[in-house]
Amino acid sequence: MRDLTSDVLELIRLTSTDLPSDVEGALRQARPREEPGSAAAGALDTILENVDLARAQSTPVCQDTGTPLFFIRHPAGWSTRLLRQQIRQAVADATRRSYLRPNAVDSVSGKNSGDNLGDEAFPTLHFEEGEGDELTIDLLLKGGGCENVGAQYSLPDDRLGAGRDLEGVRRGVLDAVHQAQGYGCAPGVLGVAIGGDRGSGFAASKAALLRPLDDAHPDDRLASLEARLLEQANLLGIGPMGFGGKTTVLGVKAVNLHRLPASFFVTVSYMCWAHRRRRMTVRGETVEYA
Amino acid sequence: MHTLTLPLTPDAVRSLHVGDPVRLNGVLLTGRDAAHKWLVESFIRKTLSPSPDDMAALQAIGPRLAGGAIYHCGPVVAGLDTQEYRFVAAGPTTSTREEPYQAEVMRHFGIRAVIGKGGMGVRTLAACQEVPGVYLHAIGGAATLIAQTVQRVLGVYKLEFGVPEAMWAIEVKDFPAVVTMDSHGQSLHVDVEARSREALKRLMAA
Repeated sequence: MRDLTSDVLELIRLTSTDLPSDVEGALRQARPREEPGSAAAGALDTILENVDLARAQSTPVCQDTGTPLFFIRHPAGWSTRLLRQQIRQAVADATRRSYLRPNAVDSVSGKNSGDNLGDEAFPTLHFEEGEGDELTIDLLLKGGGCENVGAQYSLPDDRLGAGRDLEGVRRGVLDAVHQAQGYGCAPGVLGVAIGGDRGSGFAASKAALLRPLDDAHPDDRLASLEARLLEQANLLGIGPMGFGGKTTVLGVKAVNLHRLPASFFVTVSYMCWAHRRRRMTVRGETVEYA
Repeated sequence: MHTLTLPLTPDAVRSLHVGDPVRLNGVLLTGRDAAHKWLVESFIRKTLSPSPDDMAALQAIGPRLAGGAIYHCGPVVAGLDTQEYRFVAAGPTTSTREEPYQAEVMRHFGIRAVIGKGGMGVRTLAACQEVPGVYLHAIGGAATLIAQTVQRVLGVYKLEFGVPEAMWAIEVKDFPAVVTMDSHGQSLHVDVEARSREALKRLMAA
């Protein structure tokens, strides 16, 4: 197998500095919806100016380059041990080059490792063996502000009048968006896991954020839930940065997980407007980025 | 558009109202979670006894905070090896985590501008009326753009907290922000929360 360290370094640079076109497009479409001269319109102008500058200068869109979350799908025969070593090396290299902020802090001592290498879960690596001979690595850089406003509900929830059905899911998600206000850098993107256990719910709600903003869920029931939640979340009036306005959420991506008879979790991962996700694909000697 | 020069006079602070866009000039200090906890525990509540290094840092920080600004920011900084520091990315972090400390820190040091994102709570709003002070909302995530307003890095204190958590003294030119909490008791965040709560009620009834 080939050494991917420098290719992963490029994946990190691209992810941190160059916002994907679907996310930028959604932000540009939001701009004319806000009142001219409003704080919301001003916030979107600043955001878009910053997106252009970061791309031109190859500097981070946001200083909180977050937890690097890697999703690796590899062909049979690849060593996940070597891939882990190469990815961790690339993360340390990217930190030295200021594409990433040193973010790994020992929770007991308070010491920052300085190179983004922490325990086995920092950076977070999800490995899966796939069919065929193509290797893909998806990277999501998820900052702390939006991570802190993620939420999990156990249904039924009396306070919300939320039962164990899609109506209950709707109530939980809208409550989570209201609680988040502008703290997670609205307008955000919601990953919503329905079911699972507490751990798998959060993992799946983050993986759902890898979907393009403009796709539709293959399950009609979830596609219509996503569309309804997007429309209704934007009626809350929280707006960009929580300044008030029409654009609170840019997208909703749901996933249906099997659950225990006793449990019905609704898990919301909130991604900030700086939705930094990129994919690299390795086929033989060629590496492509998207 | 208000152009503000640090340190701020009480009159300059009182002239500001929620919704006003501002451009900030002068020297400010970054400080976030570890810094606020350290300032409060070492110098205000005095539950920790400061080391000689802490006292030296206080000597440098104190005069800059008087009438000045604290910026909730954990920057990306280049030049760590050579100590020729340069801000690469420097947007605001979520301010509400400093709510347990901010009012005490403002009163103790005479801070007149708190810069961050997401807004703060009733204790900080009360301190804004007393000191007087103002909360300036920077645009979250606009990190490259804000870093361009940083003209010089003048120094760094408590670097042992790590790069994001250290207190960086920086000189800024035309740093963009919006007043979202003023010295007259007004908070945009209280208004938006209340309106969105009503909207949520309607959506839950549907």
